[in-house]
Amino acid sequence: MLEDLFSVVKTRFNGTESNSSNSKKDVKKTDIPNDLLFKCPRCSNVTFMDDFIGNAKVCPKCNYHSRISAKERIDMTIDKGSLIEFDKNMTSKNPIDFQDYEQKQESIREKTGLKDAIITGEATIRGDRIVIAVMDSRYMMASMGSVVGEKLTRAFEFATQNKLPIIVFTASGGARMQEGTVSLMQMAKTSGAVARHNKAGLLYITVMTDPTTGGVTASFASLGDIIIAEPKVLIGFAGRRVIEGTIKQRLPDDFQSAEFLMEKGFVDMIVERKKIRRTLSHLLKLHQSKGGGSDE
Amino acid sequence: MNNLPASERLDIVRNKFRPTVRDYIPMIFDDFFELHGDRYYGDDGAIIGGIGYFNGTPVTVIAQVKGRNIEENKASNFSMPHPEGYRKALRLAHQAEKFHRPLICLIDTPGAFCGVEAEERGQGEAIAKNLMEFMTLKTPIFSIVLGEGGSGGALALGVCDELAMLSNALYCVISPRGFASILWKDATREREACDIMKITAENLKDLGICDYIIDEPEGGAHNNPDLVAENISSYLCDAFKRNLQKPIDELLNDRYTKFRKIGEFEENSD
Repeated sequence: MLEDLFSVVKTRFNGTESNSSNSKKDVKKTDIPNDLLFKCPRCSNVTFMDDFIGNAKVCPKCNYHSRISAKERIDMTIDKGSLIEFDKNMTSKNPIDFQDYEQKQESIREKTGLKDAIITGEATIRGDRIVIAVMDSRYMMASMGSVVGEKLTRAFEFATQNKLPIIVFTASGGARMQEGTVSLMQMAKTSGAVARHNKAGLLYITVMTDPTTGGVTASFASLGDIIIAEPKVLIGFAGRRVIEGTIKQRLPDDFQSAEFLMEKGFVDMIVERKKIRRTLSHLLKLHQSKGGGSDE
Repeated sequence: MNNLPASERLDIVRNKFRPTVRDYIPMIFDDFFELHGDRYYGDDGAIIGGIGYFNGTPVTVIAQVKGRNIEENKASNFSMPHPEGYRKALRLAHQAEKFHRPLICLIDTPGAFCGVEAEERGQGEAIAKNLMEFMTLKTPIFSIVLGEGGSGGALALGVCDELAMLSNALYCVISPRGFASILWKDATREREACDIMKITAENLKDLGICDYIIDEPEGGAHNNPDLVAENISSYLCDAFKRNLQKPIDELLNDRYTKFRKIGEFEENSD
């Protein structure tokens, strides 16, 4: 069912396999030092890396929103230095004794500096107190296992207890296969925590980023009071290749894009990265009396 | 029986003579009336729902339907629900809550359907909504995995006060086929995948996910469907005794906690 949810999906951005190949590879081909220039995997436009970074890692030519780390996302979203991180050192065990799971995680931890695929905490946006959770696709495609499930659940519980709104930036290949049915249950656990926050009359905003798929789409990601998506990101339940295998046809490029989801009625608005902080701030002010946070 | 590897249980649950909900419902419930449609889009044949009596108590039953032949399978899409199936389930769950009827969910699906229309109509949203709504549904919920419990498509009927599994049933995060195709890029190694995924009722009891195991006869349920129906009935009898008298707040707290405590992690201080 979820065959290829764990694979990196890149064909979304305009197309063909060759177009969407890894930018580093392209850079090598043309002998451009890869820290100086950014070549867009979608439109192949080359810009100075500084300009690309200054543009919130969005291609200035075609508006391609590249994947960014949780840390970068937090920095561009919250008030500078306002993050009080929760559960910093939580790591998962190996519930089904999956071979090499510990080693695999160890090497990703070294590479990314992350302990698992999500950062949660309390912060402010233009002075409004919020709880924030941001998934990081560099960590096993931000799949949801015990740690993602537990940290999110605690974040929701904290928000409920403290009558705070919560903002979750989703990105995920789905439930983490390596933790077996324990991962599947995280979908129920997190949705339960959302339910309690919801019953308490508090605001939950989802920001869907690339890619939001599988068991994450089928749980907390789809449950926001307001669902925002970045332009052109992949959002879906089943993997594209699985569906293509079922129908024996190639799907249109915009299938499961943010725009497709909005057309079908599953996304409230598509907001460019640079406008997300401002949009969130407006929404928080609008909900001030209903868990919209208070000025500190 | 207890030592049968998951791959052999996979053969048992896929046996074409394995009883389905169409066999069990008349054996377990009296005066069952099927209710159709999600009131938004259509009626999904992969999930049937209705009302009837269990030992004289009115109950709501929601069940995933495997076909016993080609025609039935066509009608039930091989028990792979579309979003309207999950929305029908949610409608009937709310109806059960309104009329204070216990809800019994019978799970038997390879997974939610993966197709263009399913995506267009919000498969992910439909499943997510059920997880959230079932968690606070003010009536007892009992879920039983009869055969295959495939991923989110199964879990959408699996947020409950007690989860029981038939002794050969399997419950997994991803189909063994999918698991093999990701892990070894070879979908044909599904039997091997099955045996390392820890997806049998015994495995899941150890992991704190499955609460009760309902016995099947030697060789599988198809060898004696009447006996299995009796075992399910006697399980439900006990489950009713354990839960029907509970104050609703306590029931909902226990339900939340049941899922809340699943997860294996450690917290280091450094």
